[in-house]
Amino acid sequence: MKPSNPTGRASLGLKIAVGLVLLFLHFPLLIIILYAFTTEEASFRFPPPGLTTRWVGELVNRADFWNALSLSLAVAAVATTLAIVLGTLLAGAIYRGNFFGRDALTLLVILPIALPGIVTGISLRSAISLTDMGFTFWTIVIGHTTFCIVTVYNNVIARLRRTARSQMEASMDLGASTFQTFRYVVLPNIATALLAGGMLAFALSFDEVIVTTFTAGQQQTLPIWILSQLTRPRDRPVTNVAALFVIAATFIPILIAYRFTQKTGE
Amino acid sequence: MNAPTQPSIAVRLQAVCRYFGEVKAVDHVNLDIYDGEFFSLLGPSGSGKTTCLRLIAGFEQPTSGSIQLYGQEVANVPPYERDVNTVFQDYALFPHMTVGQNIAYGLMVKKVPKPERERRVSEMLEMVQLPGMENRKPSQLSGGQRQRVALARALVNHPRVLLLDEPLGALDLKLRQQMQIELKAIQERIGITFIFVTHDQEEALTMSDRLAVFNHGKIEQIGTPTELYEHPTTGFVAGFVGTTNLISGDSARKLTGSPETFSIRPEKIRICPPDTPTTDDVYSVAGTVRDAIYLGMHTRYLVETDVGFDLIVVQQNLESSSADIQTTRGSRVKLLWHKDSARHLTETE
Repeated sequence: MKPSNPTGRASLGLKIAVGLVLLFLHFPLLIIILYAFTTEEASFRFPPPGLTTRWVGELVNRADFWNALSLSLAVAAVATTLAIVLGTLLAGAIYRGNFFGRDALTLLVILPIALPGIVTGISLRSAISLTDMGFTFWTIVIGHTTFCIVTVYNNVIARLRRTARSQMEASMDLGASTFQTFRYVVLPNIATALLAGGMLAFALSFDEVIVTTFTAGQQQTLPIWILSQLTRPRDRPVTNVAALFVIAATFIPILIAYRFTQKTGE
Repeated sequence: MNAPTQPSIAVRLQAVCRYFGEVKAVDHVNLDIYDGEFFSLLGPSGSGKTTCLRLIAGFEQPTSGSIQLYGQEVANVPPYERDVNTVFQDYALFPHMTVGQNIAYGLMVKKVPKPERERRVSEMLEMVQLPGMENRKPSQLSGGQRQRVALARALVNHPRVLLLDEPLGALDLKLRQQMQIELKAIQERIGITFIFVTHDQEEALTMSDRLAVFNHGKIEQIGTPTELYEHPTTGFVAGFVGTTNLISGDSARKLTGSPETFSIRPEKIRICPPDTPTTDDVYSVAGTVRDAIYLGMHTRYLVETDVGFDLIVVQQNLESSSADIQTTRGSRVKLLWHKDSARHLTETE
C-alpha cells in the first residue's frame, strides 16, 4: 500500500478539524472555569464585566456544599474499595477456573456498565424498597459498586492474561503457599492495574447522578447538589466553583491512571 | 558418591493417566527413575512428556494412577510440599524482582534468615558462573543468563529431584551445546536426579544416563542412549532416535526371506562396486545412486534399489572430496550390511 502522505504529517484541513472537535469538547469546560470568577451574579455576559475570587470564599462557607462533597468522597472511597476487593477476586476466579457458568458470569459483571443507568437505578430502587433497609449511605454505595466492579475487573483480568502462568507455578514450585504466591508474585504484577482500575472507579462514582438519584434518600452527593443548585440562578457562580472542584477531583485520578496503564503497557 | 549396587528409586510412576477431556495426554505410564540419574523424557510435541513432568512437579493431578517420590505417594500433594524444583521452558523469572531476589525466593518464603539467604544466593550465582549479578533485573540479562538464573533459583532449595522442561529450547546452537555440557557437569557435581524434557533426540542422547521415548501419551521404550539407538524395539523409536531405514513386508522378504520389519541405520550400510562378492554374514542389494548430499564430515546418499525401494546411506568422507561425490550420481552400486546390524522390530507405524 502506498501511503498517501509520505511525510507522516497531518494535512492542514485535518489539523483544523481536530482543533474544532477539541474545542467543541472542551469549550464548555472553559466557560465554567471563566464564569466561576465573574463579578456578575445571575446573567452571563461575554466578556465577564470583571473577575473576582469572592465566590470561592462564599462556597467555602456553605455547609450544604461541604456535606455533599464529603458524602461523595466517602461513597466513592467505600465503593472503590469494595470494587477493588470484589473485582480482583472475580478476575482471579475467571482467570484460573474453568467452571460451570463462567461465561455467563463474565457477561453479568459487564452488564451494569452496558445497561442504561436508569435501568440499574430503577431496579435497585425497587429491590431496596422491598426490604426494610431504607435509603442510606450504604444503598448509594451498593449502587455505585455495581458499575465500579467492572472497571477493576477489566483492568485486572487483562493484566492477569498478560502475566505468564508459569510465574505462579514457579512460585508454588519454590515452596510458596497460595497466599504467599498472591502476595509476592500476583499482587506486584497486578498492582498498577488495581491502581488504574481503582482510580477510574473512583472517578465514575464521584460524578455519578442517575443511579444515585434512585438509591439516595435525603442525602445529596456533590453532583446531585450541583443539579439542585440549577434552580437557584443567584447561586450560579458558586455552582461553577463547585464544578471546578469536580473537574479537578475526577480529572487528576484519570490522568494518573492513564499514565500508569501507559507505562506498564510497553 | 560411591556407585550403589542397588540405587534407590527417586520417582516412580505406576499406571499414571492424565486425560484432558477426550485427549489422553498421558496414558498408563509406568516409569522408575533412579536416584542420581540424568533421565530424559524424549518425544515429539504433544507426546505427553511435558504433562508427565508437570505431574511429577504437582502442577497437574493424575486422572488415575500413583506417583511416588522416594517411596512417598504424592499424587495429591500440592507443588509447594514436594521436594522437587522446576526449570521452566520460559524460565518464569519474576520480572519485578532482582536476580538475587529471584534466587532467594524459595528461601524467603521458607523464612530462612537473611544472612544465610545472601550467602546461598552468591554460592548459587558462583555455580552458574554469574558471580556478582545479584542486583540486575531479569530484563537486563541475555537469554543464556536468564537460563542460568532459573537454574540457580531451582537449585537453591537443594531439591532431591530437578525437573527441566525444555530449558535449552530458546538458546542458539552454540550456547545450547555449551549449556548441555554445563548442566551435565552441575548434575554430576551435586549428584541429584535430573529429569529433562526435550524433543531433541541428539540432546537427549548426549546428556542422559537413561531416557524414555514418548509417543501419543505412552512410553515406547526406556533404556540407555546406546540401547535405544542400537536396539530400538519399535519403528517409532528407530525413526525418532536418529535416522533409519525401515523395511517391511515384501521389500523385507526380498532381502531377508521374511516379511518381518527391520531397521537398518544409514551408517551401517556400505557402498561397494557392483561386482563385490557377498559373504554369508551380510545382506546385499544392488541399486543406483539417485542423489548424493555432501555434508562435510560425511555424505548422505539416496540409493534406489533394484527391488523397488529407496535406502538412505551415510558414508564418512575419508578420502572423497565434494567433487568426487558429484560424479557418483547415477552410478551402479552394491549395498552391503552385516546381518547383526539389522534390527527386527516388534511393531511399526
